[in-house]
Amino acid sequence: MQIILSNSSKEPIYEQITHQIKSSILSGDLKNGAALPSMRQLAKDLQISVITTKRAYEELEKAGFIYSIVGKGSFVAEQNLEVMRERKLKAIEEQLSAVIMNSKEIGLSLDELQQLLKILHEE
Amino acid sequence: MENVVELKGVAKNFKGFSVNNMNLQVKQGFVTGFIGANGAGKSTTIKMIMNLLKPDVGEVKIFGLDYATHEKAIKERIGFVYDGNVFFEGLNLKDIKRIVGPAYKKWDDALFYQYVEQFKLPLNKAIKTFSKGMQMKASLAVALSHHAELIIMDEPTAGLDPIFRRELLDLLQELMLDGSRTIFFSTHITTDLDRIADYIAFIQNGELVFTQSIHEVAETYALVKGGMDLLDRDTEKAFVHVHPAPTGFEALTDNIKAVNTIFGDSVVIERASLEEIMYYMKGRKSYV
Repeated sequence: MQIILSNSSKEPIYEQITHQIKSSILSGDLKNGAALPSMRQLAKDLQISVITTKRAYEELEKAGFIYSIVGKGSFVAEQNLEVMRERKLKAIEEQLSAVIMNSKEIGLSLDELQQLLKILHEE
Repeated sequence: MENVVELKGVAKNFKGFSVNNMNLQVKQGFVTGFIGANGAGKSTTIKMIMNLLKPDVGEVKIFGLDYATHEKAIKERIGFVYDGNVFFEGLNLKDIKRIVGPAYKKWDDALFYQYVEQFKLPLNKAIKTFSKGMQMKASLAVALSHHAELIIMDEPTAGLDPIFRRELLDLLQELMLDGSRTIFFSTHITTDLDRIADYIAFIQNGELVFTQSIHEVAETYALVKGGMDLLDRDTEKAFVHVHPAPTGFEALTDNIKAVNTIFGDSVVIERASLEEIMYYMKGRKSYV
């Protein structure tokens, strides 16, 4: 598991951790049931305080991304992935609808829109 | 037992200086940094926690026990690192081990030698030949060699070079892998704490200003910068202390929400470092 923290970022450290673990889970790099390092191990590895990794794990747990078993550690939660994908997909659909509406307003054709998306996607 | 150290209503009076109504808790399994200016009462408080000073009033409990009846049991479980050299200068580490070791039931020779090797300390040289960093390491090796659950350090990083300070912080983080261990250390080098502290206890003029998790500190305090025209008697109430300048003001707030409501986007709000919090609290109106 790779986590890169920025000290100059405005985003608090614990949020940087939750975001990066979330995207590892969503992208499938972290598989269902995969064990996460213990809070204390992660704190040591990242050279940050235990309470920060504790908070990151608590937030991930609240959001249903991971679960913890006392004495065993924290694991990537299972059922959640499909739901999350669906939720993301729905968000993408909504955003695309907005894009289409905006394009229609200025008379952008589907071809032109696809072209634009292609360019942006490749960036 | 959630609180390894608990001070309730503790006070100690000296001529011209006092520690007042101290209510301090140190949580098990975490690192608590104890900050404050020189002479704020850090060492006095630590001495009371170590029973080297008796408070005039109030209650000191360590591991839920009090010193009157459990002094020996408490001391067994504490590793104490002082600033400066506490050993007889003419002794070497072998002598010290021979003297200190038998005082602890859980003294672990193998562990002691392991730290001596890890810290690259000479066993047969007198302590007085050690550099400041080596003395600190020696003191730490002794404190760690009896499986202490609570490690108390008074200014462990003062006078040390940045490389050794980092090594020390790494070592402390390694110690914290064991969740039952607790570290309490005083410092005025607040950047040490940005990295490893879970809780911050801040003392000023003999009074505890707050004990908060680093998240609470970050969510409570912020540095606010903006134009002088924004300031008047009402808006200033949102700040702990304001530092005005012709180019604009800089201020510390302990109420970020109020600042957002009053000033909105017309000011810059930044995370306040511990150093900035200490500095602005010192200038707090009530103390001027």
